[in-house]
Amino acid sequence: MEKKKTKPEFGLLIDYEYCTGCHACEVACAQEYNHKPGIRGIKVFEVEQALPGGREYLTYFPFPTETCVLCPHLTKEGLDPACVKHCMAACMKFGRVEDLAKEVGRKPRMVLWVPR
Amino acid sequence: MAEYKVKPRTRDTEIVRTTVWSAGPGCHGTCGVLAHISKGKLVKIEGDPDHPWNQGRLCARCLAMTQYAYHPDRLTRPLKRAGARGEGKWEEISWDEAFSLIENRMGGIKKEYGAESVVFSMGTGRDISPWLCMLAYAYGSPNVMFAMSGNACYSPRIAAVETVLGDYCVPDAAQWLRKRYDDPKYRIPKCLVIWGYNIPNTCPDNIFGHWFIDLMKRGTEILCVDPRLTWFSSRAKHWLRLRPGTDGALAMGFLHEIIHGNLYDRGFVEKWTNAPFLVRKDTGRLLRASDLEKNGSPENFAVWDAAAEKTAVWDSGKADYVSSRPKAALKGNFSVALKDESRIECGTVWDAFCEEVDRYPLERVEEITRVPRKEIRDAARFYAQSKPASIHWGLPIDSTPGITPTAQAITALWCLTGNLEVPGGNVVARNAFECVSYALPGAEGVIRLASKEDDRKRIGIDRYGPFRKFIWRAQTDSVLDQIFSGKPYPVKGLWMQTGNLIAGIGFEPRKWKEAFKKLDFIVAVDLFMTPTTQYADVILPAATFLEKNGVRSWWVPLQSINKAMSVQGCKPDVEINFELAKRFDPNLRWDSVEALFDDILKNSGMTYRELQEKVWVLPPEGNSSAPYFRHEKGLLRKDGRPGFSTPSGKMELYATLREEWNLEPMPHYEEPPFTPVSRPDLAEKYPLILSTGRRSFAFFNAEHRNIPWLRELDPEPTVEIHPDTARSLGISDGEWVWVENWLDRQKFKAKLTIAVQPQMVMAAHGWWFPEEDGAEPSLFGAWKSNANQLIPMGSQGKDGLGAPLKNLLCRVYKVHE
Ligand code: SF4
Ligand code: SF4
Ligand code: SF4
Repeated sequence: MEKKKTKPEFGLLIDYEYCTGCHACEVACAQEYNHKPGIRGIKVFEVEQALPGGREYLTYFPFPTETCVLCPHLTKEGLDPACVKHCMAACMKFGRVEDLAKEVGRKPRMVLWVPR
Repeated sequence: MAEYKVKPRTRDTEIVRTTVWSAGPGCHGTCGVLAHISKGKLVKIEGDPDHPWNQGRLCARCLAMTQYAYHPDRLTRPLKRAGARGEGKWEEISWDEAFSLIENRMGGIKKEYGAESVVFSMGTGRDISPWLCMLAYAYGSPNVMFAMSGNACYSPRIAAVETVLGDYCVPDAAQWLRKRYDDPKYRIPKCLVIWGYNIPNTCPDNIFGHWFIDLMKRGTEILCVDPRLTWFSSRAKHWLRLRPGTDGALAMGFLHEIIHGNLYDRGFVEKWTNAPFLVRKDTGRLLRASDLEKNGSPENFAVWDAAAEKTAVWDSGKADYVSSRPKAALKGNFSVALKDESRIECGTVWDAFCEEVDRYPLERVEEITRVPRKEIRDAARFYAQSKPASIHWGLPIDSTPGITPTAQAITALWCLTGNLEVPGGNVVARNAFECVSYALPGAEGVIRLASKEDDRKRIGIDRYGPFRKFIWRAQTDSVLDQIFSGKPYPVKGLWMQTGNLIAGIGFEPRKWKEAFKKLDFIVAVDLFMTPTTQYADVILPAATFLEKNGVRSWWVPLQSINKAMSVQGCKPDVEINFELAKRFDPNLRWDSVEALFDDILKNSGMTYRELQEKVWVLPPEGNSSAPYFRHEKGLLRKDGRPGFSTPSGKMELYATLREEWNLEPMPHYEEPPFTPVSRPDLAEKYPLILSTGRRSFAFFNAEHRNIPWLRELDPEPTVEIHPDTARSLGISDGEWVWVENWLDRQKFKAKLTIAVQPQMVMAAHGWWFPEEDGAEPSLFGAWKSNANQLIPMGSQGKDGLGAPLKNLLCRVYKVHE
């Protein structure tokens, strides 16, 4: 019998044009769940690239890991997840997947994560 | 107070609103936070969404407060040294014993050598600066020290701007306005110059770094001046990748382009600057009324009245002309009759300023900075033509002995382009409601020396002009020299409050270690053992911001730090210093810490209790600590007249004070002392440019290496090397390398990155290893990856300011060679 999968309801929309790699989201999550070092609900990666034409570009890329549970204890009360609330660049958004899917095309350099 | 919905951790959680400042995140920021306290313990901290400063956001370091406050290594009992200094042997004593011991020992030094023989030292200082002054002044010593060579962090920039403008300026990100960017008075800058600053990392200098990202989202375009690839430089419309240390030349090049392109605000120049003042051709100095008339004041200046064809006197005290308004000539040569009836030739300040600027055609600036002239031209034009435009600068400006002339040039940029005191430009930053906690020389703070006489003994004040006028600290390099020389008087004691001289702020730290050995008595106040506390005779355990009450009036808002909890055994700095200040000065003007806070707040019309209720208050429009156009409204001068509180009342393109101090009065470029250009001999052996001091998002300088959530983000001391350079040296990514120069060699982990250009490397600073043995010789590993061992002391500029920490030389090679 095929394993029944629950359809994901919520996601995180990230405008990574503005993510500065400040790692506040990581530590906000670590605090919220008292994660042991080594465990992160979200991890930020750095990509630096020399672009054709002599420009260089630095991108930071937050990625919710297997540990991310999307903070139901907060979102049920209408609050933002810990990472979203503290994001220093205010570049993260929590919401229903179908709403965020509409927003993802609003501008370039966006990513919609549906971690669970 | 707007209601913000919060979810307390548990049912019995109480939420305390307070202000971040001091130990904890370590920054100079002003974030509002909500501390969740359960059974007296911090269980969670979050940003206060109702606070205009951070609007709910919070950085990694502040979010790690639960790990910081309850760290097993926190010092919680006063300690007395039980072995030799550095041996790491301690005996726990009570607070009472500690206070009495300190009172006796320091009392003895005062009796034998005078109070000035004890130096009171700090690192970044944060909220403790006033309390450090309070204790030093109550004891009777003027020697409060910020322990970095050349005092090279921020106070040089502040002093330089105050020299020519009478006040300091910051970029306007609407931080004064409740509705911030949405306030109808505010304008979003079209151009924001980010000059040597990776400010999202740790918000240095009392600016919330991510405001600039808010502005970019609202349309601001970035002009970035930085040798390194940063988040900003990769998103900048113009990125000028200059050779480290050549900022002054670049600024002069900007002025050149702006003046020759006629892109400056002539009205501002004529009306608000001292451009029309006359300069004597025979002496090269300003013409003064005392040169012209028998009873003329040397404080008054003169212009050439083109209508009347004679001189007219400017009364500096009134910030106006003596008689009716002359038609002051901006350019030209004039023959002027002096009081003895002899005649001299005079030119104008504007001509002299332009002559200085003319020494920097873009070809020359390209040669110095290595930035192509076309890029400089385009960037300068973009800045000058964007209205409004704003400049934010960072520590690299302080990182050359030529700091003051560099800062003068950059200040001239925002003034000449009409961006001073305009919404979205560079605006004057004053203490909120003019509540001044500690004394600046010449200004009466609430906390001050008993008499101005006492200040004469401050180390460095005799030699360095800015220290007599704007900087209330001792000159650090001179302090170190004096510890060894004992001249003109011996230094016998050191009080070090939250500053890590060995691993954090002291250059050539082995010299500081030797200096410690010369001292009779050392007290350290800190939250953790550090390499530096190992040399103390007594250590006092201090508190984080969550464990204390405090006030903050450094710019806006006016804020209270509200005690949210306590950690058994630790005491807030203010309480430690207050207790001892009372013991040293029985006539101390306050009988409680609260009375002290009330006194500081007097100008606000609020008591400390009232402020605590509100947590933060913004000064209203019309207050001299709220923008805009204050020079026009007469809000910058004590007499209420339009103008500036400089010696002339004008913005000074030619700095009167610098002339008085026998220093070059106008902006110019000085090549730093250890570059491939100034020292080709050294460069032969040490071919790479060595920069240090870039901020990590995880740490505040030498702090936080012991906080697991943070250390994990930046686990090891790295040196950034360009992949091509690394390849030619046979170095691969992640490999341990030596970074070496004539002072020492230190070990770093190579990070191969295009963030740096092939000719430079960037070594991380502030590294020590709290997990290692604290006793000598290990000293928490403070001698192995300590970038400061490669930076010389004693390279401050002619005015005692600046240190070359970003423009040195080195070579790099594999550890196994
Ligand atoms: S949504 Fe919650 S669980 Fe997921 S990363 Fe953010 S803070 Fe962690
Ligand atoms: S908090 Fe926001 S800006 Fe910072 S790293 Fe995370 S996503 Fe990026
Ligand atoms: S570093 Fe910035 S975000 Fe963090 S507490 Fe300080 S001011 Fe706030």
